Order: sequence, then structure tokens, then C-alpha cells
Amino acid sequence: MISLADLTTDEEAVILNVKAQGELKERLASFGLRKGSVVKVKVLSITKSTLEVKIGTGMIALRFEEAKKIEVERI
Amino acid sequence: MKNLKIALVGQPNVGKSMLINAISNSKLRVGNFSGVTVEKAEVSFDFHNHTIKIIDLPGTYSLNEYTQDERVTKDFLENEEYDMIINVVDATNLERNLFLTTQLLGLNKKMIVALNMMDEAKKEGVCIDEEQLSSILGVPCVKVSAVTKRGIGKLINRTVDINSFDQESSKLVFSDTVEEEISNLVVFLKEKKYKSELSYRNLAIKLLEEDTKIYKNMHAKPIWTELLPIIQKALNHLYIHYSTKDIEEIFSQEKASFAKGAVLETVEFKKVDKKSFTKKIDSILIHKFFGIPIFLFFMWGLFQLTFEIGSIPMDWIDIFFGSLGEYAKTVFGDGELGSLIADGAIAGVGAVVMFLPNIIILFLGIALLETTGYMSRVAFLLDGFFHKFGLHGKSFIPLVTGFGCSVPAYMSARTLKNDRDRLLTLFIIGFMSCGAKLPIFVLFAGAFFSEEQAGNVLFIIYIMGAMFGLVSAKVLKVFVFKGKDEPFVMEMPKYRMPSFKLIWHTVASKALMYLKKAGTFILIASVLIWFASNYPKQPELEEQFTQKIEIALSENEKLELSNELAETLLEKSYLGTIGKFSQPFFAPLGFDWKLTVALGTGLAAKEVVVATMGILYSLGGDVDESNSGLIDEISKNIPFPVAISFILFTMIYLPCLAAAVVFTKEAGGYKYLGYLFVFTTMTAWIIAFIGYHIAQIVV
Repeated sequence: MISLADLTTDEEAVILNVKAQGELKERLASFGLRKGSVVKVKVLSITKSTLEVKIGTGMIALRFEEAKKIEVERI
Repeated sequence: MKNLKIALVGQPNVGKSMLINAISNSKLRVGNFSGVTVEKAEVSFDFHNHTIKIIDLPGTYSLNEYTQDERVTKDFLENEEYDMIINVVDATNLERNLFLTTQLLGLNKKMIVALNMMDEAKKEGVCIDEEQLSSILGVPCVKVSAVTKRGIGKLINRTVDINSFDQESSKLVFSDTVEEEISNLVVFLKEKKYKSELSYRNLAIKLLEEDTKIYKNMHAKPIWTELLPIIQKALNHLYIHYSTKDIEEIFSQEKASFAKGAVLETVEFKKVDKKSFTKKIDSILIHKFFGIPIFLFFMWGLFQLTFEIGSIPMDWIDIFFGSLGEYAKTVFGDGELGSLIADGAIAGVGAVVMFLPNIIILFLGIALLETTGYMSRVAFLLDGFFHKFGLHGKSFIPLVTGFGCSVPAYMSARTLKNDRDRLLTLFIIGFMSCGAKLPIFVLFAGAFFSEEQAGNVLFIIYIMGAMFGLVSAKVLKVFVFKGKDEPFVMEMPKYRMPSFKLIWHTVASKALMYLKKAGTFILIASVLIWFASNYPKQPELEEQFTQKIEIALSENEKLELSNELAETLLEKSYLGTIGKFSQPFFAPLGFDWKLTVALGTGLAAKEVVVATMGILYSLGGDVDESNSGLIDEISKNIPFPVAISFILFTMIYLPCLAAAVVFTKEAGGYKYLGYLFVFTTMTAWIIAFIGYHIAQIVV
């Protein structure tokens, strides 16, 4: 099982599961990071601490720690 | 005339403020939501026999309680009285925006959806069938653009229209599974002829959503015993179907799929080949290697601008207040009253107003960073770095705001959700030297460095403060605020051309706030300091010196004697007594009683420090014509190592009374203010002590 954190720039994937709880899960969901969404990695920061992903027409930035909680499948 | 109260709701970065500006040119009234310091903007205007009042609620991604802004919005929508909602959505990012819309539909209020940014959507090849969308959502949708002002008239017309019709029930439909359970409940309620203000459908939905209020209300009624097993069965079905028992997640998924479906049916994306504006700029500004240097360059440029361009009007203001003081003396005479007005009030306030140009430029820069969308990029770039110090990429926003003024900085720390992260950020905001400290630094940089160097020195002072802050953050994180970090998830809004009107509004209100402070708080403080430095009177001493001066032989001797008199008078004044009393504590830092007094008054407001120094130093120096300015006085009277130590101390200790009050409120108690006072004063003392001794060795 790979997570969003395993993808590299310009790779696309579909979200299988968000392993977060409570508010974080809700937060991620309100940004569109939910089961079934298609995401594309746009930018990785130089220290691999943050990444920018595209969901639909919007762009979201998140930390690798959070990205690891999002299980995905490459498409 | 009918009154119409409208809540303006939308996600962040959808152009709500711009829309409210486009709707009404009448003045935006900015206040606070009661009890909290979240900004509340409203406009009132008359339209076709209606007095319309629009309240701009803080942006929220969904109706939850993640941040204080979101809590305010949710609380307002659920508990306040209002007639209808205007839901502003970003037409270029419809799916995510409609998620909030689906939640708003659940509130059962009259609503209209403003599809904002249609101009951008067109450029990006997004075509929306608003008729179709209206019929899916069950509320009217109007295409608007706050930038080009298209559709604004139509939006207001429709708003007034739907207010005069009865409310249609929401058309939010769920998946077949959920709909089946809803209809089961509705059938039961109908059979029981249950009396309810809500429609049976809405009641059923709320029961399935486990709405606390409804449960509280219904569980005391006879129907409850029969209703409960039906609800339990329904919920069990949902649990099995969704393989989770988290009902919130189930409905969140339902609403998301509804939003997705609505977009699928009504939006057409035409392929546009061009690489978008945002992507082009992003490829440079958040570039792996160039991103951070570019950002540092911007910040450096901002500080240079502040200093270089700011100095031009500063000279004019200085001259203006100088001549105003002289004029006041001709009107009120050279006596007590003249001195009070000219040397106390005008000199004190003038010293503060002089720095208005600097403050305007700095706030302009910060407003530009915010409205263009660059601020989020910077948070993205810097999170890796900040995280090492136990901070959050978002801490960047309050910290940068701290360079302008600590008060809004403390308030903006609210976007940090985790209490520990927020407290940590609050504690080190003071290290980011605020606009009011700028006058002190400008004064000292001007006094001890050449004009070409002054800008660089200023930059170094600011950077150094920030670095001390980061180190302190790490120390606090390791020893005080231990625990889990707040997750970092944020939107990267599109780059947008800033709206002149909005920027003007922000900068003007900040400048006004500063002037207000100068006009009231600092005026009083200046007069108090004047009094404390002029009283108690020493008539005997004055007479002694007058006699001595009369019999003095040379002009030089006369001058020396009168300077000595001024200083002795000051030493024996109330202010001098206070300064001398607390001076031993500051003696290891090289401060004399004058600097000690200046620091003490700085606890009230940093602007007062310069005003105090103006009063303290000009008294002994007025006689000599060749050194007119305070800058000369300071470079003459203060040794270089002491100046360094003074700058360092000022950099770190408590910003001002107003900031202390806001800090207390944001941190959640006076005990935190106590911690902050002890922490900053101790750090300031230690760093100033080290700086003083290093400077002594070097020079």
C-alpha cells in the first residue's frame, strides 16, 4: 500500500483511504482529500517536508506527515 | 421600508470582501463579533424600498469548528437572527465550494448562490449552466464578477425578489440508501401526525445526522419510545452500507457526492492549452532552489523601501511639527502653558506621527503579500524550516504581521488550531519587531551609522530579532510546549491582481489606527511625561544657577551652566527619581537613568520611547544651535556599546499595553501575560548584557 507521500512530481493517484481521525479527517475532506478523489502531485519542497497537490481545480499544500496518512493508488 | 439582514458566507479566497465592496460603495463598517476579536465587516444601503444590511462572515471551508473564524461563522449562522444567506462561491473551483453550499442548505434558510469570479472562469474555459445548477440546488444561482462588477445588480434584484416569496424546501438529495431511511422516518412521523416546525423530511435528516438540539427536544416526547428503534435500525443500515460508524463522515461523503454530481451535470470544462498564469508564476516563486532567495529578496526590498522612500515625507512632517511648536509658543507664551503644549503635547505627538510614512509602506507591503496569494506560498516554502523550530508554516503569517503591529499579529495567530502551537507562536511574536519599534531603530541607526548603511542596519536588526525568536521557539517547544504538532493542510489560492480599493482600505484603516493611538494614548502619555520631567519645581536651585550664569565671564561658561541646570532639574524631577530608582537593575547593561526612563515609558507604547527621549535630551541641548536634531543629541550623549545594548533590549521586551491586552485575550488568561513579561524581560536583559560586552570589546 502506498501513500500520497510516496508519489513524485506530476504523478496522479486516486485516494483509497484517509487514515486520519476526527477534525483532521473533516478538514482534509473539506479540501477534497477524501476517498475516491483524484490527486496529482505538483511541487515537492526541497527538504521533502511539504508538498503541493492538485485536486480538481484547486491546489492544496500539506506536510509529508499528513500525506503519509492518505493511502493512494497510482493511475 | 423593509429591513433585510443578509449573511454573506463563503470559503476563504472566494472574493467575498471584494464582492461586498462591489455591492455597495457606502462605507464598510468594521467592528468585532461580540466577545471575540474576529473582524466583522458590514454594509448598509437602501434598495427598492428595502434597507439591506449585509454582514460579511469570516471565510470557512465547511461548517465546523476548526478555527475560531469558523466557530464564529457557524455560531452566527445557527444562532443569530437573519433573513437570508448569500453564499459566495468561486466558479473556478466549484466542487469544493459546493461542499459548503450543501451544508448551508441544511440550515433551511432562504439562500442565493453567487457564482463569483465568472470572468476568470471564462478565461479558464469553465462553462456553468446556472439554470440547471439552480434547479439541482433548489436555490437561485447568479453569475457575478466582483472584479468587473458584472451581475452585481442582478444579484441584488434576485435577493430582494426571493425575500418576498416563501421559502422553498431544500432539494438536497442523498444516495438511495440514505433516502430510503429518510422516507421510512417520514412515513412514521406522518402516521403519528407529529407536530413539528420543521418539515418531516428535514426532521428525518436531522435525526439521522444525530443533531444534538433535535434529540434534546424530542427525547422528552411520547413519540420517542416508538421512534428510537426506527432510528437505530436506520443507522445500523447506514453503518453496514458505509462500513463506518462515523455518522458525520457518512453525511460528509453524501454531501461531497452531491456536490460532485451537481458539478458533473452543470459544468463543462473546455480545454485551454495555455499554461495558467498561476502555474507560470508558481514555477518560479515556489521553485525548489529560487523560492526562498526570491522571498528574502522581497522582504529586503520592502525594508529598503520603508527606509528610503519613507524618509522623504518624514522630513516634511518633522519640519511641520517643529514650526507648529514654535507657533504654539508665540500664542501661549514661553511659560508653563507654552512649554506644556509645545514641548509636551506637540513634540510628543509629532515624534510619533513622523513615522507614519514608514508604517504605511510596511503595511502596504504586508497587504500586498496577503491579497496576491503569495503569503500562502511563503508558508508552504517555510514550513519545513519553521517546523524544525517547533513552529508551523502558518506561524509565518502572524509572525510577519508582527513586523507591522503585534496586535493584529496576536489576533491572526488564531488560524493555528492546536493550542500549544498557537501559544508558542503568540510567545514569540514580540521578537518580530513591530512598526512602533521602527522609530527607535531608525533613530539609533541614523545616529550611529551612515545614511547608506542605515537601511542595512535596520534589516539586520529585524532579521536578528526574528532569529532570536526562532531559537526561543525551539527552547520553549522542547521545555514548555511539548506534544503533538498541528497538521499542516492549507489552500494555495490562485494568484490574483490585488484590488486597489481593498488594499487602500486595509492600509488606510491601519494608518488611522496608528494616528488614533498618537492622538489619544500617546498624547496623554506625552503630557504625563512632560509633567513628570518638569515637576516638582526647584525655584531655589534655579535662582542659584541664574545668579551664577549672570556673573559668568565667557559665553561658553554660561552655556555649560545652563546645561548643567537643565540636567540637574531633570534629575530631581519625578521622572528622574523613578529612573534612578530602577537604574541599578539596568546598570549592567550600561543604561543611565534617562534610558531607563525611556524604556519604562515604552511599556505603555513603543512610540513613547522616542517621544520621551525627545523630551529628555532636547532639554539640555536646546541652547546649542549647531545640534538641532534628536539624532545628533543621541549620538553625542550615548556611547556606542550602550546604543547596541539599548537596541537589543528594545527588540525583545514587551511591545505595548495594547498588545499585552490582546495577548492576554488570545492566550486565554493573565497568567500567560505574567509568563510573557518574565520571559521577554529576562531574555531581553540577557541578550542586551551579552551585546553590550561584545560591543565594548569590538569598539
